[in-house]
Amino acid sequence: MTNSANSDAMNVDSLYQEIILDHYKHPHGAGLRDGGDAEVHHVNPTCGDEITLRVHLDGDVVRDVSYDAEGCSISQASASVMNELVVGHSVADGFATLDAFQALMQGKGQVEPDEDVLEDGIAFAGVAQFPARVKCALLSWMAFKDAATQATGAQAAGKDAS
Amino acid sequence: MSATYDVARVREDFPILQRRLAGDLPLVYLDSANTSQKPRQVVDAIDAHYLAHNANVARAMHQLGAEASEAFELGRTKVAGFIGASRREEVVFTKNASEAINLVARVLGDAGAVGPGDEIVISQMEHHSNIVPWQLLAERTGATLRWFGITPEGRLDLEDDPITERTKIVAVTWVSNMLGTINPVAEVVARAKAVGAYTLIDASQAVPQIPVDVAALGADFVAFTGHKMVGPTGIGVLHGRYDLLASLPPFLGGGEMIETVTMERSTFAPPPARFEAGTPPIAQSVGLGAAVDYLTALGMENVAAHEQAITAYALERLVEIDGLTVVGPKEAVDRGGAISFTLDGVHPHDVAQLLDSKGVAVRAGHHCAKPAHAHFGVQSTTRASFYLYTTEAEIDALVDSIWHTKKYFGA
Repeated sequence: MTNSANSDAMNVDSLYQEIILDHYKHPHGAGLRDGGDAEVHHVNPTCGDEITLRVHLDGDVVRDVSYDAEGCSISQASASVMNELVVGHSVADGFATLDAFQALMQGKGQVEPDEDVLEDGIAFAGVAQFPARVKCALLSWMAFKDAATQATGAQAAGKDAS
Repeated sequence: MSATYDVARVREDFPILQRRLAGDLPLVYLDSANTSQKPRQVVDAIDAHYLAHNANVARAMHQLGAEASEAFELGRTKVAGFIGASRREEVVFTKNASEAINLVARVLGDAGAVGPGDEIVISQMEHHSNIVPWQLLAERTGATLRWFGITPEGRLDLEDDPITERTKIVAVTWVSNMLGTINPVAEVVARAKAVGAYTLIDASQAVPQIPVDVAALGADFVAFTGHKMVGPTGIGVLHGRYDLLASLPPFLGGGEMIETVTMERSTFAPPPARFEAGTPPIAQSVGLGAAVDYLTALGMENVAAHEQAITAYALERLVEIDGLTVVGPKEAVDRGGAISFTLDGVHPHDVAQLLDSKGVAVRAGHHCAKPAHAHFGVQSTTRASFYLYTTEAEIDALVDSIWHTKKYFGA
């Protein structure tokens, strides 16, 4: 690919960072795996992007997030980065990372991302300047939030019952 | 193309087409099936109305009120003439085509036109606005929804005809907003009439680009919108046969649609006022009238011929690109100026983003036609759509930008 056309309108290269295209071509943790404590299906009604996502918990730790996503490079890469950032961490930490990512996405380019928290996610900083694409980047994260909330709720209910 | 049709001259009427985008790139606007651009003549007419004649219609007794009422009704007269309506009272103004179709679905339901065991027939290539109102009507009444399928080429499948003695309503699009197909609507209307069904034609993509004669078509209802035919947003049109409109109950209740009101009950005005509750789109009617004048001056035969020629050129250029698949008829025969396509290895949103970075404006997504996309096994497509101001140079810019997109994504 060429990253030389800097006179492009809205400088498209700031959107399509190398890291994003790498995640798009080699998504981390893609595919639905058996089991899981909750499954959700989220759709972006304006463009039709879809994701089916399962959260697999081990106590309060996210053991796995498996997903089947159909959508553009931004939404696919975002799902890949989300998987990398939340798996192996507690649900609470995952939600904190989500908050940081969401703040970056909705910051209209004014938010300075923290690489210690967002790692590869900082590559999405450019997306914040393309309002039409912010929803692409957030689709998988919102699905994670929904599924993790359901999974922890189900766990709590299970504990109450026992 | 007609010798009298001069695209360069036409473009001078559309100041927006002279715009430079970021990076000093010229705008290449290929999203006219979404909304068309507006000529100076339309904008000036709306301007002049607001600045010199503004008042509410039908109720103000003062001079401005009379002027505004006359201007509003003149828009109706012009639209009626443009589409060949038998009388001007057959033109009902709505806010858009969706509202026009919802109006018909609602009042036919309220009139008891369909019930359990009855069938409503649509097609698989409809815009959501000609699917969802009928699904809702079917749910309300217990009727069943049936549909025409799509052939592999992207044409309406008339062989497998869902119209039967049980069919009470047939609602089909004239020109597909996604596939570009121009459907044989006269044939569909004839088949529907043979079983006594009501007919509605969604002409949202037809009225802007081909000559339309509603009296010759003979459908009970024809719906379209102003903003796709160089007119303003905020105004749509429902054409209905007068005697049929006069027999139907009102849609929305409110001012202007009544004959008399007591605390117990109301009686209703004759059409079109019966279906136009509240302050109508006044300046929009003035603007739509100016749009109709503009199209008439160009000549709809010339507009259609230009559309045909530019579409043929675009199809010829697009098929040169390996990995590009046109979803819809690949020949410029019975085909409107919207071309949806997929590009191997690049998602449509990414295609549209890269084209935008070159100043080329297209639409990506499901184009409010999810069932048609599902039929072709695709989630979304990129759509380039052309209009009376589109040039071959703009098609060349589109093709160059698609090659650039392929290179950018290594596809």
